[in-house]
Amino acid sequence: MNKEAKKIGVYVCSGCGIGQSLDIDAIQSVASENNDISISRVHSFLCQKEGKEIIHNDIINKELNSIVIAACSPRVKTAEFSFDPSLVVERVNLREQVIWCNPPNEEDTQMLAEDYLRMGIARALVDEQPEPFISSTLNSDILVAGGGISGITSAIESAKAGYRVLLVEKEAQPGGWSSRLLKQVPYSDPFGTLQDPIIHEKIKELQNFKNITLLTSAEIKEISGQPGEFTASIFNNNSIIEYKVASIILATGWEPYNAANLIEFGYNIHADVVTNVELEEMAKSGKIVRPSNGQAVKSALFIQCAGSRDEKHLPYCSAFCCATSLKQAKYIRNLYTETRVFIVYKDIRMPGKLEYFYKEIQKDEQIFLTKGTVSEISEKNNQLVVTVKDTLIDEKINIKVDLVVLATGMTPGNSEDLNLTYRQGKGLPGLKYNFPDSHFICFPYETRRTGIYAAGAIRAPGTISACIEDATGAALKAIQCIESTKRGESVHPRSGDISYPELYMQRCTDCKRCTEECPFGAYDETEKGTPLPNPYRCRSCGICLGSCPERIINFKDFSINAVSSMIKAVHIPDEFEEKPRILAFVCENDAYPAFDMAGINRLQYSAYVRIIPVRCIGSVNKVWISDALSQGFDGILQIGCKPGDDYQCHFINGSELTKTRGENIQETLQTMMLEPERIRTEFVEINEFNRIPEMINDYLETIKEIGPNPFKEL
Amino acid sequence: MNRGNRVTAQSEGFGRGILVVGGGISGITTALEAAEVGYRVVLIEQLPYLGGKVAMMNQYFPKLCPPWCGLEINFRRIRQNPRIQLLTSATVKKISGSEGNFYVFLEMKPEYVNHQCTACGDCEKVCPVERENDFNLGLDKSRAIFLPHEMAFPHKYVIDENVCLKDECGKCREVCKYDAINFGQSPEIIEIKVGSIVFATGWELFDVSQIPELKFGVFPDIITNLMMERMASPNGPNKGKIVKPSNGEAPKNIVFVQCAGSRDESYLSYCSGVCCSVSLKQALYLTEQDPEVNVKIFYVDLRLMGRHEDFLNRVQANPRIDLVKGKVGRIREEKETGNMICEAEDILSGIKISSVADLVVLATGMVPNVSPLEQISTDESGFVSAEKLEPGIYAAGCNKNPQEVSASLKDATGTALKAIQSAK
Repeated sequence: MNKEAKKIGVYVCSGCGIGQSLDIDAIQSVASENNDISISRVHSFLCQKEGKEIIHNDIINKELNSIVIAACSPRVKTAEFSFDPSLVVERVNLREQVIWCNPPNEEDTQMLAEDYLRMGIARALVDEQPEPFISSTLNSDILVAGGGISGITSAIESAKAGYRVLLVEKEAQPGGWSSRLLKQVPYSDPFGTLQDPIIHEKIKELQNFKNITLLTSAEIKEISGQPGEFTASIFNNNSIIEYKVASIILATGWEPYNAANLIEFGYNIHADVVTNVELEEMAKSGKIVRPSNGQAVKSALFIQCAGSRDEKHLPYCSAFCCATSLKQAKYIRNLYTETRVFIVYKDIRMPGKLEYFYKEIQKDEQIFLTKGTVSEISEKNNQLVVTVKDTLIDEKINIKVDLVVLATGMTPGNSEDLNLTYRQGKGLPGLKYNFPDSHFICFPYETRRTGIYAAGAIRAPGTISACIEDATGAALKAIQCIESTKRGESVHPRSGDISYPELYMQRCTDCKRCTEECPFGAYDETEKGTPLPNPYRCRSCGICLGSCPERIINFKDFSINAVSSMIKAVHIPDEFEEKPRILAFVCENDAYPAFDMAGINRLQYSAYVRIIPVRCIGSVNKVWISDALSQGFDGILQIGCKPGDDYQCHFINGSELTKTRGENIQETLQTMMLEPERIRTEFVEINEFNRIPEMINDYLETIKEIGPNPFKEL
Repeated sequence: MNRGNRVTAQSEGFGRGILVVGGGISGITTALEAAEVGYRVVLIEQLPYLGGKVAMMNQYFPKLCPPWCGLEINFRRIRQNPRIQLLTSATVKKISGSEGNFYVFLEMKPEYVNHQCTACGDCEKVCPVERENDFNLGLDKSRAIFLPHEMAFPHKYVIDENVCLKDECGKCREVCKYDAINFGQSPEIIEIKVGSIVFATGWELFDVSQIPELKFGVFPDIITNLMMERMASPNGPNKGKIVKPSNGEAPKNIVFVQCAGSRDESYLSYCSGVCCSVSLKQALYLTEQDPEVNVKIFYVDLRLMGRHEDFLNRVQANPRIDLVKGKVGRIREEKETGNMICEAEDILSGIKISSVADLVVLATGMVPNVSPLEQISTDESGFVSAEKLEPGIYAAGCNKNPQEVSASLKDATGTALKAIQSAK
């Protein structure tokens, strides 16, 4: 590799109180410890016009290729400190994380600032500016799997934005469940009356788009590749054809919960117990009658949450059944003016403007809504007797009806229908209840398979309106992935990042750690276990870098060497000085801002800690820990975001990995004959800045108790 | 991000540009999703900083995670994206033209603090004027020049022009080393040309003092759900400690009043879709914060859709949270103790119950925040009527539909695609 010689400019800002709190000349002289520094300057307001001009002029006149700015946090003044994108820019946080959280003009504060500058320079010496990975075989087409309301919506919306779409439906006709409806729950103002199903309009609209290819009776046999260059093998008309697509929308929908499991509600026992799906079929055929005898329905009862919100069946709420039952009650009432309809519910869930429809239904005096639980269904005198308990008046009541309708819920389709050839599995990893939904409130389209977005009922149970909205959003994400891929940029959460992992394969031992631990399934592997990277599936989290025992995975601007150099740049006082040193690896997105905010609040914590931000706590490589311990650091903190069921790691398992890797690290400690307390993992949420002083100082106490690291003297 | 320069800079990008009105989480999302496809976006916000209501929230349900985590990612996305231009303190005055070619007049209010501000905080130390802190919903005070909160973006100080003495005082200007303060600014109008416009103007909390029976504003220990979020936030008025506003003591018996003004023909006839989950979340963190706290929630229906069912189960398993069906119709004071008595009735069964509380939380719903422009039609409740908007103009988030954050963001993402279709 032909590396350009480093020409580094170091700029120390003395504004915002930095100059009053630190010996700035001494800080500047840190720069002269290194021969690769072309220039170092101090300025009183580096972020203002004059400061920026000085740096710009140096870049040109001194032909700098790397800049170190020792001033405020890299989270602020980003625009001011943006230079030519080919330059490496390293920000050293002297304000939020030095002078705002430590007493001014004290030896320890000064040592902290000097170490941070040394670490910044060390990193700038190693980092290279990444260049995007650009493949020559990228296309811009979208594959939509599933031709129901969600898939059709995604296809139409993508086509309207100018993209070609391949829409694959397994049935002979497009439309899915929603095309089997007689009427749809109100979806537009004034939300009062039943509307014609919107699907029919959409199917018609579909035919107008020349850039949509619809394949019916088709099946996906295999999908391989990566965003921008997937290959999809599709079985259709007795042959398999390969299509090149750039991104994928999974909209294969849902299946009704199997009512055969609902024996407690008499399904398959009493002929007049039907499901909401069966009632819809009857309504669509124009005849709602008792299945037992084909006679008119003089009274009916809907059991809400039949098999939903129930640990024995579906523990979740399907979010559409309340509205559907009210709609179907209306069907019955429209056919039979004398018929009484009972609806037994746990809660009537009609959020938002659906409330208006609920109000309309309540106006019908023949529809009775009762909170309660159905405990028994029996037959007597050719009628069904429904026993309802837990009513508000606390009485058991028996209701005699001709027909019982079970409001059954949705189960997600199988995402493995995609038949991905990925090492980590054929489908999208399911979240709770197997819905491949997003785990994040802020990022509903976060996906664990880059370029593949789930949409509609396969992702989360819901109404047709919700599916349409969701499918439109998924189409945007599919398009965005195509365009980001063309620019060589990562998608969420490090959107815009052009760096990607590079593997030095000669030293790979086929240990498979990277292919197993990658949260996004970016690595495939050969039979032998050799990793096969797919850079466009990568989200640049660095977890593979952290996983690799051979240290062969590196990013241009985030590497084993860069962080090791930072660690080695810290001056470790000998044990007689009684100044312990703690190294803290902190998650860039949560813990690092929390440290900044501790500074903004002028919360004080020990100046013995040295912070290194990392892309994810899962990107911490074991070698950094042994480097730090051999260097003489007395303790190491790994501060990540919250793990567990409600994990906050945007790289899914980064914090979780600190647990599994923990044992491995403890082994390292044992071989070095060091105490297990020398490493501690903490989990900090971004707004927990108030906790930081206690957390740091508490760990420092622990370290003081076990005494200095014996490697210090070596 | 392009900033500092207040005239539209034409950065590289596809199409004709998109205007997004509103810098809350929905607007931020619409803007970013479109810009990350490759389109140029002008994002405007009426306040001097982004984040909207979610920046005020302590936690999201059902994960009980801090909204700042997502804001941090989004602010980073904005900072590094050259296709987004952010204009703060800006509102739309007038729109002309049609889909693909809109001419929009924006009014830019003076901020008096420019982007040279480093947020060093020297100004705040010398400011002599105190004001009610609106970010904390009046639960504490700030100076007339203040940093709205730790995550404020753009990260700079803000002046409350209603209380600042400006040139008469000038102390902050004297102490500012960075020439960041200038009282000479006046409002300006700028014109921009875009292909499509998205309104993501969000919501305000319903003014529950309109309901005389609920005594908000009469008894100090009756608060809204949003006030509870501010109190519980680590950067709230008591650094996260929840206290009774009347005396600063920790409350022990807390009653939540669901549908406070919602699903009620006299006030908000719709359901806001979030208040149930919000109250359950607050009940959880209240019981976690103080082992002596007992919570009672009076509800009409518990509306926790989809996967949120787990969250309901978690609350139901908590022995210190009691869920009771009934709508609170009246709150009165228990004279001897100063406690409040909440009287509830179940509408269907007619059963009456009452409960004593030392803190009452009104689960108050959303009222849409709608720009007063001829192009924007609303439904009978005041929400933007999406079907009636002209081509090229869209609405996203809670100004269109009362809904939770993740639903708003699905909508915002889909709306970004609509905006792209019009601007391509």
